Amino acid sequence: MRIGYYPGCSLLGSSREFDESTRAVLTALGVELTEVSDWNCCGASSAHVLNHELSLALPARILALAEQAGITEILAPCAACSNRLLSAQQELAAHPEKIAEIEAAIGMPYKGTAKIVNILEVLGRLKDQIAAKTTKPFAKKVANYYGCLLVRPPRVVNFDRPEDPQSMDLMVKAVGATPVEWPFKTECCGAAFSVTRTDIVAKLSGKLVKDAVKRGADVIVVACPMCHSNLDLRRSEINEYLGEQHGIPAMFITQVIGLALGLDPVALGIQRHMVPVEFKETAAASAQ
Amino acid sequence: MSSGSHHPNLETLAGRIEAGTGVKLAHCYQCGKCAAGCPVGDEMDLPPCQVFRLLQLGFPDLDEKVLRSEGIWLCLACETCSSRCPQEVEIPKVMDFIRGEALKRGIAHPKSKDILSFHRAFLDSIEYTGRLYEVGLVADYKLRSRHMLKDVMLAPKMYIKGKLGLFPHLIKNRSGMKTLFKRTMGKG
Repeated sequence: MRIGYYPGCSLLGSSREFDESTRAVLTALGVELTEVSDWNCCGASSAHVLNHELSLALPARILALAEQAGITEILAPCAACSNRLLSAQQELAAHPEKIAEIEAAIGMPYKGTAKIVNILEVLGRLKDQIAAKTTKPFAKKVANYYGCLLVRPPRVVNFDRPEDPQSMDLMVKAVGATPVEWPFKTECCGAAFSVTRTDIVAKLSGKLVKDAVKRGADVIVVACPMCHSNLDLRRSEINEYLGEQHGIPAMFITQVIGLALGLDPVALGIQRHMVPVEFKETAAASAQ
Repeated sequence: MSSGSHHPNLETLAGRIEAGTGVKLAHCYQCGKCAAGCPVGDEMDLPPCQVFRLLQLGFPDLDEKVLRSEGIWLCLACETCSSRCPQEVEIPKVMDFIRGEALKRGIAHPKSKDILSFHRAFLDSIEYTGRLYEVGLVADYKLRSRHMLKDVMLAPKMYIKGKLGLFPHLIKNRSGMKTLFKRTMGKG
């Protein structure tokens, strides 16, 4: 399989292990990634707050660059990026009268034909292969955290179920993990308030860390850089808010799959987390 | 209210929202599901359903009350409300529009300053380099918000983990980014 690749800004910096593990896992599964050349930021959670046209033009430039390179399908692992790309593409499809102005802003023709996919969709297609190639089953109890942007708004993303989604649960089962039942799968972590309103992030993320622990999870698995940085980089604020010390790690789904495929943990960026990825020996793990 | 008319009344904020976003506020029948599911609803002075109720009435003083509220700046665009709304009202889109008008009229809530500083620093970073440079974003935010000491302890830890780049990633077509910003933001 060949697929276009839009890493996005977080994957170059604070979430580079998401980029490393995505590339490592997809390479191991024989997927060839073609990075969109000279890509720009999608505008994420800031552009739409300040200027609607900007929030259309930034993703449109990325899509136009992909079209120029003959890319028909783009993987955007970051949930915010894939959401912004989809939103802009759909708005321009519904309002073709806006395209001329957008083309003038980006200085390129725009068709909006490339299909945008998230990481769970791509991994989902490879699930049988992943299960067959699993050499080190990830025998842990997992709280699957989908967050907001992968599943909402359903009319834009049209992916899985907006309440109680299942795709990541099925994926971790394929590599030997046991998903826990929990109600925080799609609750907001506080998203872009990480820097400006850390108090709100500590409260919202605190609720879900506490519940994951209460339900016996060994690890929280995510597919969004913002979710990960709030659960990992902000853990000291979370623990301070809760008045409890929680060492439950947060891992990207690609890291979990990479470990199960027997890939080198360092190549998956496991060492980059603030909350160390260490597990107590459980009955299930020692039975392996 | 703007229902029953093909031409929204631009004298009211509800009418301008309809003209600008296509969202009809009259569709809201006050079930309260948006406020119940909102992760920051308990922090808001006006939760989404109350914002909608005030705007439905179409009085200038109530429009202004909404424009001056703090709650509109707390919306995280998590889309829980719009996903659960039985009328499929796109509430975060309305919040974006209201914030824009509050800024234009210079009556945004004082507590919006830090949040705005962050978004402006974010967009400045993209305008000059094409991609978000996280180190620059945080430095710029500190200067704008004057929260100089916030998170200073986090940076060295992130650096050790290889999560902070020392230099921004510059895209090649930076003049194209300038044009893009001028043609969108420049229109005000």
